[in-house]
Amino acid sequence: MRKIQVLTVLLGVFLMMAPLPARSDSKIHSGKTVAEANPPEEVERPIPNLFITPPPLSEGIFPCSDCHADQKTNPNRRELTEFHENIKLINHAEKQRWCLDCHNPDDRDYLRLASGKLVTFEESYYLCGQCHGTIFRDWKAGVHGKRTGEWNGKKVYRLCVQCHNPHNPRFKPITPKPPPIKPADIK
Amino acid sequence: MMDQIKHFFIALKQIVKGSRGYYIWIGILGFFMLLGWSTYVIQLKRGLIVTAMRDQVSWGFYLSNFTFLVGVAAAAVLLVIPAYIYNFKPIKEIVLFSEMLAIAAIFMCIMFIMVDLGRPDRVWHLFPFFGTMNFPSSLLAWDVLVLNGYLVLNIAVVFYVMYRIAHNMEYSMAVVKPLVILSIPWAISIHTVTAFLYNGLPARSFWNASILAPRFLASAFCSGPALMIIIFQVLRKISDLEIEDSAISKIAELIAYAMGFNLFLFGAEMFKEFYSGTAQLAPFQYLYFGLHGYHGLVPWLWTALIFNLIAFFLFLSPRARNNVVTLNMACVLVIIGVYIEKGMGLVVPGFIPGTLGEIYEYFPTHSEIFVSLGVWATGALLYTLMLKVAIPIYTGRLRFARGAATVGESAAIRGSVTSAEL
Amino acid sequence: MKEPKISPPREHKVARRSFLKGAALGSVALALPSRDADASIWDAFFQKHFREMNDKELKKVLKRLEQEYAEKYGVDIDISANKPLSGVLFGYGLDLSRCIGCRRCVYACVGENNQSRDPQIQWITVLRFKKGDKWVNDLENADKYYNPDKVPEEGYFYMPTQCQQCENPPCVSACPTQATWKEDDGIIVVDYNWCIGCRYCMAACPYGARHFNWTGPGIPKDEINTKTHYLGNRPRYHGIVEKCTFCIQRTRNTPGRYPACVEICPVGARKFGNMLDPKSEIRYCIENKRIFRLKEDLNTYPKFFYFFAT
Repeated sequence: MRKIQVLTVLLGVFLMMAPLPARSDSKIHSGKTVAEANPPEEVERPIPNLFITPPPLSEGIFPCSDCHADQKTNPNRRELTEFHENIKLINHAEKQRWCLDCHNPDDRDYLRLASGKLVTFEESYYLCGQCHGTIFRDWKAGVHGKRTGEWNGKKVYRLCVQCHNPHNPRFKPITPKPPPIKPADIK
Repeated sequence: MMDQIKHFFIALKQIVKGSRGYYIWIGILGFFMLLGWSTYVIQLKRGLIVTAMRDQVSWGFYLSNFTFLVGVAAAAVLLVIPAYIYNFKPIKEIVLFSEMLAIAAIFMCIMFIMVDLGRPDRVWHLFPFFGTMNFPSSLLAWDVLVLNGYLVLNIAVVFYVMYRIAHNMEYSMAVVKPLVILSIPWAISIHTVTAFLYNGLPARSFWNASILAPRFLASAFCSGPALMIIIFQVLRKISDLEIEDSAISKIAELIAYAMGFNLFLFGAEMFKEFYSGTAQLAPFQYLYFGLHGYHGLVPWLWTALIFNLIAFFLFLSPRARNNVVTLNMACVLVIIGVYIEKGMGLVVPGFIPGTLGEIYEYFPTHSEIFVSLGVWATGALLYTLMLKVAIPIYTGRLRFARGAATVGESAAIRGSVTSAEL
Repeated sequence: MKEPKISPPREHKVARRSFLKGAALGSVALALPSRDADASIWDAFFQKHFREMNDKELKKVLKRLEQEYAEKYGVDIDISANKPLSGVLFGYGLDLSRCIGCRRCVYACVGENNQSRDPQIQWITVLRFKKGDKWVNDLENADKYYNPDKVPEEGYFYMPTQCQQCENPPCVSACPTQATWKEDDGIIVVDYNWCIGCRYCMAACPYGARHFNWTGPGIPKDEINTKTHYLGNRPRYHGIVEKCTFCIQRTRNTPGRYPACVEICPVGARKFGNMLDPKSEIRYCIENKRIFRLKEDLNTYPKFFYFFAT
């Protein structure tokens, strides 16, 4: 009985949540929604009962096609000097890779898997999962990464890129909260 | 019934009348009681924050005193064995006074537990029937039962014997003997259960050693009788109570055996810990050599060890134990030695290093010392008052003839003024 | 599954017990000051053990407590007494390969659970170890007072500890008054109105998880979390013991939120869920990772699992 109740509640929650990513995306993507883009067919869809927060794209930078549509793609590996100079691959296999290994050269609004399949920025975890398979597996199970929400209900997942800058993924050290007071100083 | 009330008032009169020395003694006790209990009122108001106890060392001076006093109470049994089982006459005559000491000691134990409670107003939660006593799972519940049982048992024996003597009646061994025989395992049990209270905590490796209960008993059989030897000598001097030298000598001999056994057990434990040198060595290292630069208890524990060793040799030598000076010296050394070893030296290292490896050096605050002094003074007063009534009865100056208070009444009061100075 | 427990066998004894209590404590009552002998003081004094109250009594007690808190703190505090969810056994996972020792969890816990700020009480302790040093069973080299500018520090790792919610809890068997017990969902709770403050449980706990109110708690009024549970984060009293309850006020609901420490952790090192649910995160950890429990040699069987995701 209880199980049915829980399921009903969960179902309701998912139905409500389902359009959310798309809607919030639409704002960032200035009109272009996920539904309109032709989604890659063969990659597995995310587990349905997750609410994944939208990708942290810089304001005004998306869609990439606004600029890139008219530009000719230069497939050569090189130092970027005219634009995106601030983007540097650091601690992320920079010797082996560069931009077009992940960004789709033909339509920059998509990312591209090694197989040639395209994925949207909302599904970037497939891209990360290509190399970080075990972490991807843990993430799907809710074990890698921060999980908030309800342990028996709606869970909020974060995209890999929400915590790890894809171009410089290592965590930056942070200031710890103050240590406890020593017992001798508790008066 | 009227007679009973009358007798009660006669006994009460014993308490209020006494020599100057008696009043001074009561005055001193009164002062410390006042000091202790007024400090306790502050503690009640502000909470146990006035103590030096903290989450890292959550038991301290109060429980240390409690543990030592359980030993004193339990040690009464050491005198009961030769007195009643082997009918050793010299001790038999004074065993009542050691049982009274046990009563006072148990009272002090209960007081020390009470002052240590965060919520003394809720102590009834712990009682069977009224509250929800966690019996048999909690060793503290066991301790409550055995301590109170021991108290009742001792009060019953002392009261029965005193009542019969006061009324010029022979007391029946058929009544006394079963109670006394019962009190022997019971006395052992109060100290064993108290040892198990600590012993049963795997979280605290220092206490979680099977040698703990035997060491408890061995050391209790040193300190308790040593305290009694001193008290008996004082009683002999200031009252008309007669205590034979052979009784005291016998007790001293028993202490020698107990101390020998205590030192042996100590050595056994030290060997195991220091030779194996496991992580469980840390508390011992803290006690005897200091740990990570903390050595607050080191001088105390060495003092205890040296005192115990000296006392052992003094008690062992017949010449030393029959000499009043060396005997008393040995007694004082034993009392101090065991007080340190079974007090702070037992309770505090259970918490050092703490379960998360932290070292917090605990040393009691003024509040704790004052409250403890107050408890000791209260216990001493209780014992004094018991003796004040019991000695005249015992020596025959205070008697209530069967049915009415006649013969001894006037004599008793006169007697207490003139000869019984306690 | 198991029904929520109100100890039915005990209930028929209530009348006799109340009578005994009344008779015995009547004399105590007379001895105590009658100046402010307002009915609620006696209600508080005679308040029964949480598990011995029936629903009606419990409701009355909750109302009285809410009133007391309103008077004391000047805020309306809502106290629930939700029973364990059936089919739930809570488990907790902590990924030691992720923890950076930032202590965000410590302070999130303090805020959520109304811990005393002054004197300071913190249910979570983060230990720092030098890589290569002893740990797990011998915490002698642990440092909980580390205070660098930035964490994680080179050459160190961190291990947060809190109540391990043992399946075989030494604190529960130690308590002389049954004021602490294991609920059906596995959480060890304390009835703050029944604890006598003997601190035997603190001596018994191998994880330093129990904390004592050495004096009355000091919590700023505007920082009080008003959504509370009777067995959880309602403000405590002086002279009693408190501990982590897996945020019982958050988690024991349908749907139930994650504990505050899980929610705050910036690196997602903390995992929580129902161990009886094969699809839960905690089950995934247990089934797929190499887990260990703190001080396993003591056979306390914590439901707090440390693991290394990588």
